[in-house]
Amino acid sequence: MKRVMIVGATSAIAAACARRWAAQGCEFFLVARNAEKLERIAHDLRVRGVGEVTLHTMDATDLKAHPTMLKRCIDTMQRIDVALVAYGTLPDQYACERDVSTAVQEFNNNGVSVIALLSLLANRFEAQAHGTLAVISSVAGDRGRPSNYLYGAAKAAVSAFCEGLRGRLFRVGAHVITIKPGFVDSPMTAGLKLPRLLVATPDQVARRIVSAIERRVCTQYTPGYWALIILIIKSIPQPIFKRLKL
Amino acid sequence: MSRALHSWGCYPYAPQTGHVCHWQSDVAAHAGNIVRLRGSTLPYGNGRSYGDSCLAFTSQVLHMRGLDRFIQADWVNGLVCVEAGITLAEIFAITLPRGWFLPVTPGTQFVTCGGAIANDVHGKNHHRRGTFGAHVLRFGLMRHGVETVICSRDEHPDLFAATIGGLGLTGVIVWAEIRLIPVRSSQIERTVMRFGELAEFFALSAERDAHHEYSVAWIDCLAKGRRRGRGVFIVGDHAQEGELTAAVPSRWYMPATPPFSMVNELSLRVFNEGYWRAHPARRTRDRIGMQPFFYPLDRILHWNRIYGRRGFQQYQCVIPEGAAKDALGELLRVIADSGQGSFLSVLKRCGEIVSPGLLSFPLPGVSLALDFPHNARLELELFPRLDAIVRAGGGRLYPAKDAHMSGKDFRCSYPRWEQLEALRDPALMSRFWKRVTAV
Repeated sequence: MKRVMIVGATSAIAAACARRWAAQGCEFFLVARNAEKLERIAHDLRVRGVGEVTLHTMDATDLKAHPTMLKRCIDTMQRIDVALVAYGTLPDQYACERDVSTAVQEFNNNGVSVIALLSLLANRFEAQAHGTLAVISSVAGDRGRPSNYLYGAAKAAVSAFCEGLRGRLFRVGAHVITIKPGFVDSPMTAGLKLPRLLVATPDQVARRIVSAIERRVCTQYTPGYWALIILIIKSIPQPIFKRLKL
Repeated sequence: MSRALHSWGCYPYAPQTGHVCHWQSDVAAHAGNIVRLRGSTLPYGNGRSYGDSCLAFTSQVLHMRGLDRFIQADWVNGLVCVEAGITLAEIFAITLPRGWFLPVTPGTQFVTCGGAIANDVHGKNHHRRGTFGAHVLRFGLMRHGVETVICSRDEHPDLFAATIGGLGLTGVIVWAEIRLIPVRSSQIERTVMRFGELAEFFALSAERDAHHEYSVAWIDCLAKGRRRGRGVFIVGDHAQEGELTAAVPSRWYMPATPPFSMVNELSLRVFNEGYWRAHPARRTRDRIGMQPFFYPLDRILHWNRIYGRRGFQQYQCVIPEGAAKDALGELLRVIADSGQGSFLSVLKRCGEIVSPGLLSFPLPGVSLALDFPHNARLELELFPRLDAIVRAGGGRLYPAKDAHMSGKDFRCSYPRWEQLEALRDPALMSRFWKRVTAV
């Protein structure tokens, strides 16, 4: 039975992944800020047939809380087969431009705290020499665009960090997957105007993630066609790219 | 992401702005905002209501589909507690492998649990089990500015009765507890028999209904003269042994809405004749998966798009027992003469189990449902004639499918509407309710 830790378990993508793993009868250690939402997710998973679910309330931006969380996770599950890091916020780019402290705070949420958590998890994965660390980054990290470069920069940091970490953990037999979702119809994007054809449901994204973890892919775009879109976007020369309204 | 929501028939065309609720706490917050800015709102499930009963008067709806979680399950006694936005398909995907099925299911699995209660849907086993509402034990109802109230036959019984079939107007259903039925297989033992005229349907129904869990008839709505009222009678029961899966058969997908309707007199004639001939003249028994048995149309996702941009209207009426034979004959005559009608016209005998709901649609009698591509003539010529026949027969139309019935007809055929109006949450108002209660 797979033992799965999810940080940011109340996010739409994470919850959809958890449902898929629940069907396999996995055991869970779920971490999120909001205890009530966490309870609702846990109830749902229990009906769907999971083995054990342990809940842990933590604000991931509170770096001091990470070691306690990890200790409790190991105490309850003994080992981690899959750790999914799925939390994040979608900053208002304009607000970040006007107010430096907002910018720094958002960078901390999406970049620094993730890197801190991954550093801690990396040591654990190195020690247990087993398991998959799956991290939700974003297609936004592949190139900085004027409309959301703060978010993009934080995700770029996470992606680069994961790439290095993958090499480090490879030597001991653990694995790191960077997941790069495109537009997802979730509470995070509620109210945004997105190109309808390119918007995926959390469940579609989750299907990709779960299968990518099984196949030990290194970088997974989801939906898959984003690999092609990003290839095109990456190949646009800078003099042109800077003129595009993206 | 935001995109416009519609009713299933796409008529009347009134795009709705959905305020997405992912958590129970979102409901009160969104409702509060909308009511403050616009005055009223309406809960919206998965958009399977055909007409305007799912459209908010202000076009600002609470989109409940995000509330799709299980809350609790009792696998010994067959009870599940679910959030209101979960679809019936999502419920039985989990319960069926454990040997429990929904006691009542309508012709599509894509309705939400909250929608099934609000419209008090019925299924092919109405003669045995009544409506969906009869199997609801409790639900949580959020009324504007009030804590969620628990409604059951004992707690707030007035709100319980008003909410079942209450078209989402008494408050927002946030969760519900429903009783399931035990099944040994997800397959159905089916018997199919053709009948040549309406009288034969009544004979078959009288003879067979009592012996089977499910009973329904397809009817060729275009057949005239001697053939008028011919159709295919189908009964079924859960198989006693076999697999227990909610396996999804391969589905087709209608990718876009064509500019014009693909349903016209020619395509209808070809389909109806072909469908009739596809069924053997002799009584045949077979075993069929539950999905094709209950939800033949769900095989084609977005099948409503075949009716083109102008959409379609469903006409579903129920005629009480005594008048049913004559009234249905008359309805079919008028419809066949008009040359308009649908692929799947459905006849169903409704039983005597009384729904707990105030405004529940079924009556002991026979229900007829068919779809018409929308056109201006429908409401000017055909529907008034059909309405007159239904009225004379003492029957009524189904609000969940309706986009045209007159306020007078509604108030006469649903005399308890005033009780619902008295219990209506003032923060909730649909286009349907505004239309039929305007004196």
